[in-house]
Amino acid sequence: MATEGSIERPRADDAGLSTESARVEQIYVAPQWKLMWWKFRKHRLAMVSGVVLIVFYLAAIFCEFVAPYDPESFSTRYTLAPPSRIHFFDSEGNFRGPFIYGIKRERDPATLRPIFVEDISAIHPIRLFSPGQPYKLWGMLESNLHLFGIDAPIEEHGFFLLGADRLGRDLFSRIVYGARISLSIGLVGVFLSLIFGIVLGGISGYYGGVIDNIIQRVIEFIRSIPAIPLWMGLSAALPADWPVVWIYFGITVILSLIGWTGLARVVRGRFLALREEDFVLAARLIGSSEMRIILRHMVPSFLSYIIATLTLAVPGMILAETGLSFIGLGLRAPAISWGVLLQEAQNLRSVALAPWVLLPGAAVVISILSFNFLGDGLRDAADPYAR
Amino acid sequence: MLQYIARRVMLMIPTLFVISLISFAIIQLPPGDFLSSYVAQLRSEGDAIDAAQLAALEEQYGLNQPVYVQYWKWIGGILLRGDMGRSFEWGKPVSELIWDRIGITMLISLLTILLSWAIAIPAGVYAATHQYSIPDYLMSLISFLGLGTPSFMVALIALWVGLAFFGVNISGLFSEQYIDAPWSVKKVLDMLSRIWLPVVVLAIDNTASIIRTLRANLLDELNKPYVETARAKGVRETVLIWKYPVRVALNPFFSTVGWTLAALVSGETLVSVVLSYQTSGPLLLRALTSQDMYLAGSFILLLSTLTVVGTLISDILLAWVDPRIRLEE
Repeated sequence: MATEGSIERPRADDAGLSTESARVEQIYVAPQWKLMWWKFRKHRLAMVSGVVLIVFYLAAIFCEFVAPYDPESFSTRYTLAPPSRIHFFDSEGNFRGPFIYGIKRERDPATLRPIFVEDISAIHPIRLFSPGQPYKLWGMLESNLHLFGIDAPIEEHGFFLLGADRLGRDLFSRIVYGARISLSIGLVGVFLSLIFGIVLGGISGYYGGVIDNIIQRVIEFIRSIPAIPLWMGLSAALPADWPVVWIYFGITVILSLIGWTGLARVVRGRFLALREEDFVLAARLIGSSEMRIILRHMVPSFLSYIIATLTLAVPGMILAETGLSFIGLGLRAPAISWGVLLQEAQNLRSVALAPWVLLPGAAVVISILSFNFLGDGLRDAADPYAR
Repeated sequence: MLQYIARRVMLMIPTLFVISLISFAIIQLPPGDFLSSYVAQLRSEGDAIDAAQLAALEEQYGLNQPVYVQYWKWIGGILLRGDMGRSFEWGKPVSELIWDRIGITMLISLLTILLSWAIAIPAGVYAATHQYSIPDYLMSLISFLGLGTPSFMVALIALWVGLAFFGVNISGLFSEQYIDAPWSVKKVLDMLSRIWLPVVVLAIDNTASIIRTLRANLLDELNKPYVETARAKGVRETVLIWKYPVRVALNPFFSTVGWTLAALVSGETLVSVVLSYQTSGPLLLRALTSQDMYLAGSFILLLSTLTVVGTLISDILLAWVDPRIRLEE
């Protein structure tokens, strides 16, 4: 290792000591983002959450490919069918790879409730990259390959990884499609709040004085009124005949009108702390413009905090969308979001017969927890010099 | 102290003014004015409306006049006569419908605050003083789950568990025979025997966040020199913890109790819709979907006002407890 830094390193016979000092040296010369990565890597839960979120977002981006069926295709024979049980060995004990048995609908002789029984004579193997219903990825690329599926179309025989809903639609496909709206609404909403938050929080923290006072009062005001009744009132005013995309943006704007306050507080706090730093004074003394001081010197030094705070703000947005759509004031069918899917769970009879209609809620919980853990990890990593 | 209260009340007035503007805007948002939909509704039911009555209503709400006059008539009616307009869906004045429900919403929110503090403060202190013990991990796990699960989901799951495993339907705030009955001791008892469910559901969320913050705050405090000093002087550990660092670590909660109240009223709205309670949530939702805007606007106005008043009360209490706040500025 004949690098420039090695000259000053004391020669040590002890191998352990030398690797130790090599590590210390590595820390001294590493750029900041690398230090953050090292610190972040230590936060196991945050790493796992990061991976979970990447999987979720990939599924949302490629939902046409990941979902085995079109979310609107249905089969009345499978209304409220339970999740298909995946077998590996057939009734004679031979290994067949993953497959499902055919299911038949019968009536429970005692309660007359419809029940589904496996028909062990029909075997449908589950295949990866199986051809199925044709679709257009992002409305452009035509294909009929799906990540997985069985050999029969849904009309003949359905494969319901997470069960079917009241109309016999595949719940897994619908959750995957719903992820596209539910997960992106969090990001878009947070992005809009970020713009409000950075502008207003920045002004508040940078200039201080009367402007700061006014903006702080506004933030306190917004935080002291109950958000959901207000959101309900505003989203009820969105015209019902708007196309889905408009409603979607209407909702995100409404959510971020209230959501920016938390971000603005963080930005203001960092601005207040940094304003007094020597490097800002130095920049001002050599005649940098205000804009340059803010963008070139101040923003990079608190960017990592902003990213962490943003991550922690996403779950609130996802929750709000889910809640509003759930009570019917947000997105409405035929739009598919997790909140819209959960509407089905409002019918207590459906829930009692088919508890799997609650599963979109599990998707919500998993993504919210992941964002929380990821945000925690990022926040710890944001200050790599702290012990 | 009096000066502090006076200043806080003065600050509240512009806030209330803005709240009233927002509520009024929400009333005005749907296309068309409410009178035309009222007339349409009467016609569809086969009733004829006479021109004099129509003119009287128009005059009362100032519908042919500019918006600020309408606002003035609306807010003036509320402030001077307690008249919040009429609910068209119910055919009653809004003020007859609204107070019971808002009262129950506030009762649930207050009970939730009390319950979550009663659980979270001891739990948070235990978690911080016994860091990395098994109960600490367990509490972290539970509080993360509480944080990740929206309270309306918890309510749904509770309903499902009640129905699927115990065969009882736990939705509804009153037993059937009391729903339309006038208030009586028995009705209150009946309500109290059911009200614990939303309180527990909402408390889960709130408790989770308190435990997490309290644990973090207290861990910071425990490393400070004054704790070490007190320990060195031989103060008993329990007395030491509860008397000094806990009080410091709790301060942020008392100062944000108003936000907690706002969040609880928010959460309660959704939970009540799920549990079909006779509180403000479901009625607000119905009013909004049927564009019964005077009812909806009044709900938003009153819920927000009460939250702001609650914040004021908590601020005054805080100032009473903590001299640093009332002597500031």
